[in-house]
Amino acid sequence: MTTRPGFVLEIDRSSPPMLFWKGEGFGLEHLPPSSRVIYPPEPLPPLSNPRAAIRRALEEPLGDCKPLSALLKPDMKLTIAFDDISLPLPPMRSPDIRQLVIETVLEMAAEAGVDDVVLIAALAVHRRMTEAELRHALGSRVYDSFAPYGLLMQHDACDEDNIVLLGHTEAGEAVEINKRAATSDLLVYVNINLVSMDGGHKSVATGLSSYRSLRYHHNPATLANSRSFMDHHHSELHHSNWRMGRLIAKSGVSVFQIETTLNTNTFPEQFGFLQRREWEWSVKDRAAYLATSSLLARTPLQLRRRLFHSIRSPHALASVQAGEVEAVHERTIHHIHRQQLVRVEGQSDVLAVGLPYISPYNVNSILNPILVASLGLGYFFNMYKGKPLVRPGGVMIIHHPTPYEFDIVQHPSYIDFFEQVLTETKDPVEMSEKYEEAFAMDPWYTHLYRTGHAYHGVHPFYMWYWCTHALEHLGAVIIVGGDKRAVHRMGFKVASTFNDALEMATDVVGADPSVTYLHTPPLLLAEVQ
Amino acid sequence: MVITQTLAGKRICITGATGFLGTAIVERLLRSVPHCEIVVLIRKGRRSSAEERLQRDLLRNNCFDRLRSELSNDFEEVVSRRLSVLSGDVTKDTLGLDEDGLQTLSSCDVVIHSAATVSFDAPLDSAVEVNLLGPARVRDAMMKARSLFKDASASSQAEMISVSTAYVTGNRKGDAREELSGEDTLASQLNWQEEVAAARRLRSDADAESRRPERLRAFFNQAHLELGAAGTQLIAKRAESLRSQWVKDQMVEAGRARAQMLGWPDAYAYTKALGERALVDFSALDSASPIPSITIVRPSIIESAFKEPFPGWIRGFRMAEPIIISYAKGLLKEFPGVPEGIVDVIPVDLVAAAIIAIAAERLRSSLEQVPPPRKEDASSRSTAPLAKASTAPASRKKGGSSLRTEGRTASATTEGSPQEPNASCTVYHVSSGSTNPLRYGRLVELVRSFFGEHPLYDTHGQPIMVPAWSFPGRGRVQRQLERASKILSAGREVLARLPSHSHLGDLPVKLENRSTEVSRALEYVELYGAYAETEARFRQDRLIELWESLTPEDRSEFLFDPRSIDWEMYVSSIHLPSVVLRSRVRTAPSSKRPSRSRSKLEGILSPDRKAAVFDLEGTLVDTNVVESYLWVAARLLPSGLDRARLLARIGTSLPSWFLLDKRDRSDFLRSFYKLYEGAPLERIADQVGELFVNVLLAKAYPEGLARVRKHRHAGHKTVLVTGALDLLTIPFRALFDEVIASSMSVTNGILSGQLTSPPPIGEARSIVISEWADAEGIDLDEVVAYGDSSSDLPLLSIVGYPVAVNPDVPLASEARRQGWHMEHWTKSSSVTHLLPRPRSSAKSAPELALGIAELLSRSNKGGSR
Repeated sequence: MTTRPGFVLEIDRSSPPMLFWKGEGFGLEHLPPSSRVIYPPEPLPPLSNPRAAIRRALEEPLGDCKPLSALLKPDMKLTIAFDDISLPLPPMRSPDIRQLVIETVLEMAAEAGVDDVVLIAALAVHRRMTEAELRHALGSRVYDSFAPYGLLMQHDACDEDNIVLLGHTEAGEAVEINKRAATSDLLVYVNINLVSMDGGHKSVATGLSSYRSLRYHHNPATLANSRSFMDHHHSELHHSNWRMGRLIAKSGVSVFQIETTLNTNTFPEQFGFLQRREWEWSVKDRAAYLATSSLLARTPLQLRRRLFHSIRSPHALASVQAGEVEAVHERTIHHIHRQQLVRVEGQSDVLAVGLPYISPYNVNSILNPILVASLGLGYFFNMYKGKPLVRPGGVMIIHHPTPYEFDIVQHPSYIDFFEQVLTETKDPVEMSEKYEEAFAMDPWYTHLYRTGHAYHGVHPFYMWYWCTHALEHLGAVIIVGGDKRAVHRMGFKVASTFNDALEMATDVVGADPSVTYLHTPPLLLAEVQ
Repeated sequence: MVITQTLAGKRICITGATGFLGTAIVERLLRSVPHCEIVVLIRKGRRSSAEERLQRDLLRNNCFDRLRSELSNDFEEVVSRRLSVLSGDVTKDTLGLDEDGLQTLSSCDVVIHSAATVSFDAPLDSAVEVNLLGPARVRDAMMKARSLFKDASASSQAEMISVSTAYVTGNRKGDAREELSGEDTLASQLNWQEEVAAARRLRSDADAESRRPERLRAFFNQAHLELGAAGTQLIAKRAESLRSQWVKDQMVEAGRARAQMLGWPDAYAYTKALGERALVDFSALDSASPIPSITIVRPSIIESAFKEPFPGWIRGFRMAEPIIISYAKGLLKEFPGVPEGIVDVIPVDLVAAAIIAIAAERLRSSLEQVPPPRKEDASSRSTAPLAKASTAPASRKKGGSSLRTEGRTASATTEGSPQEPNASCTVYHVSSGSTNPLRYGRLVELVRSFFGEHPLYDTHGQPIMVPAWSFPGRGRVQRQLERASKILSAGREVLARLPSHSHLGDLPVKLENRSTEVSRALEYVELYGAYAETEARFRQDRLIELWESLTPEDRSEFLFDPRSIDWEMYVSSIHLPSVVLRSRVRTAPSSKRPSRSRSKLEGILSPDRKAAVFDLEGTLVDTNVVESYLWVAARLLPSGLDRARLLARIGTSLPSWFLLDKRDRSDFLRSFYKLYEGAPLERIADQVGELFVNVLLAKAYPEGLARVRKHRHAGHKTVLVTGALDLLTIPFRALFDEVIASSMSVTNGILSGQLTSPPPIGEARSIVISEWADAEGIDLDEVVAYGDSSSDLPLLSIVGYPVAVNPDVPLASEARRQGWHMEHWTKSSSVTHLLPRPRSSAKSAPELALGIAELLSRSNKGGSR
């Protein structure tokens, strides 16, 4: 079975309107003639027997590494860390890929007679997962065998008693990670590599680190020089993580990296039209689009959110590789490129995107204005290898309603960041100097992060730093359909229609701008020549 | 300069010196009559002496700014040399003066009596004491002082100038001359002593009436409805204040009704009219003086200064000013009035100048022993003077009046047969109506065009369009406003009876504001409507005659010719700008005048404060103890059937809980917490974290949480005080230095359902917080407290900085009355339903299920408590 690769369509008069995500909904927009539309490759065929593939990967490790079964000893201390709720997007149907991998690892550990096993959700400064979310990621069998005995932990970047300093990198970066992970005989890290940014040394060095260590790479200077952070060879963020990862390995922490890639079969069949090319829509697709969009138009926002957040993606395992971190990661990048890479000729004046309802940081929550910025300017803008899709000084047009809304449970510090920091400055460097520490050290945010389901106090800053590269590169950001107050607070412009936005863009980039539309999700990575 | 020469070396006593006119006279004398001495009679305040009041209420007024800058360093010296203060009270016999005081008084050459209750809605009895009896008392004191300290035959006779009002003529039409009310008028036929006696009797009758059991019950019920579950002490206090307010209202109403029945617009004009009679009657008996010297000056409506000390100077926010501002704000949609009627306005500096000129004139003519021009015969009525009356046997024919002052009763008797008058009196109108009339229609036009050009701005920075008045009848406007007022108060009552206010948003506050506006408008129309309908023309012949007799120097220094006023210039360029300036309203779209609420907020967050106390339910989080309980119970109950039974049980108890909560919140809590009886502590404790995330935090007001943090940032101690169970509030300990909550006794890990101490609710809360503050060494005046409902009133009323957050109706009313800071906080979107929850973990909590099941069966047998 072969799948069609990604594709760049040039709009002409006969082209149908294009589908844009608009938060908890979508719509069709006519693009001006000669605009480019970049489609992702179609989903790769899944591995036919995932469990067998996983077991094979564990037994045939890449790089300088013994098979997992040879690393497991009866008296050893084994820690299995796994990616948190931010991956994959949307959450996948049961069984989650983490469940399959961890069950296999646990079976092998049981076969080897390992008793001391602890599971750790690698949160970094993300929110703690709920019981239901953990059950979904791990399966109830694993959950019930670990959680009641306190053997299922969620990493706590503020728990001084469970953080250990391993040393400093050649660049002077202090490396602090989770004590249990650092003091285990073997640390198995289970990744879901949804995009090329995920995995590699970033898994342990970021996912299990302290706030103090995160500061070395999660800062405006580093993120401005990650071009893009989807390409780890040109990403300061990754260079720092790689230095830390090598130091972790050097300091004796033995990491067995497991990375998995998924195909881009992102939405259930009833939403099939979302991942098909518009001019190929069948009668059924058209009917489904019409029915869904007219239904959504009549549904209140709260209900729409509920509807969308209940979507479980039919993602399927496309590859699995295990062993030494760097060797594994190179193979993973190869698989991701195979699924997501699209070659594009040159930059354009305008980059148009439509943002969906979900980003890594609002699973089961609201995509608040800061997350809109981070998803558009942090993630979608950076979905390139080589050069950005939009020329320097160009314009990015983002579709999203951007309501002035926050989730007080998950994003408490975002509210204060939006009201207190963004009203004072929008400059990432200035805010990092003036405000970051107060938010990061705030006892109330820390309390909510450690005991509730709140992102760490510093998280909104990271989301804003995430946009640094785009903010420096772009001449203007226009949000179509956004809430005026919210959008203006962030220093962007609002347009009521896509055509208005294009019209406004001409003030920045001149008449007859060239337009590129990144037709995503499903995800794609543009390799710009 | 005849006037200054005449007054040089004279000593002039002034009553009412801290009033609008009194201030202007004192300032003018100090500035324009350099060689006279001034004695001001000032009542000592509740907490301040007469001397302190002189400094604070008189000399600190901006009226003296000009003199201060003219004299620069000499100001203090000049004032202390020329101005002395007498501590006295015009509602007391001999003005409450001691011997020294009387001696000082006896040394005065002129006494200007300008003390009055100018409020048009003063209670009848206090208007009678001040306005009716005041002038006679002043006269009495003067006579006493003279008889004690001066040779009776002394040639120098003290002059008395009594300030009255032009409106003593009542609702008459046509010309009103400068003379005492004639034989034909009611004022001359009425027996003022009887009016005095009746007013005093009415006060004691109303007071007795207010103490009847059914009235007392009604006051209590009213207080309870207004304050809700605020606790007995506050309700008692409010009920008592409702009672005295009721008595006062009765007296106000009695005054208004009596005045209107007799043809005066209000109690002010009525008591002033009778005050003139009383003064004249009294002086008539002063046989010691061959030429009793009484001058009555009747100004019309006194408004801001025309020229002196500076154009637009005004003191107090008086009759026309609030009406003008309400109109400019678009609140007063209609005001009654006759467009061709005359609004008789006179600038304050003209009145002050006229009085000084009259004083000089009187002194000059008494020195020359020449009878004053156009002497008017005093009334044909006779009275016994107060001093004599006190010893005279009470003989009643038409009924007597008693002047009860300082514990002794002075009764005045009226003989049936009229006595020959031997008193005479001169009357001056200081007004504008007959020589330079300002028509009401013209005034409205000027005001309208002024605010058309210089509009006020609303809170959105938009100019406010002023309405066009159509000059409807008073009755129609009054009826419209009364109807609106009724509807609004019905609305407030409905809201006050609703169980929860959290979903009403800021509706209670808006309703409260609107209803204040309407009742104020109604008040204006009732009080001042008559003044826009006056059709009397006050003649100024004598005033003009005096003016014509002045030398050119005197005319330029003491301008009081009403014909010199250009009304258009005065209204548009002097009076209105001054009123707008003084009322501190928004006069430009961008004028970022520091709003009152912002400056209050700055005070609240100032580092000088010491602590901030927060109520939890309703203030910081939009939820309550019932919801918390249901959440915990539902998570621990095994099956859907049990949950349904629990809900049914709670459903049947709700009405009784609701009633209990309305009456006393702590009774409700005690009753409700019995539900926890038999529940295992550990299981509940396990749920606390999830309860916090899913109920308390999810329903929190982000602005509230941010405010707690701001207080912490400002270095204040933060305190959470709540009737919720302490174990459920544990997660809040990260946000507060102190958490004060209800606690329940536990035996063998099982909750008893009994609280260990009264829940910190209502009055108990105010006690707990004052004890806490005591222990911490914190002054309650430096404490900020936040609350949302009437049950928080006891706490809010003991701290220095109370804040009403999303207040219910009783609290909104109270906060408005007290001028407390009010805020409206909005909830963030609650999306916790998106967070997946595990299926019921029932099997882990059989104990609680058992406990609740047992409770259910018991309550089925025993009925709900």
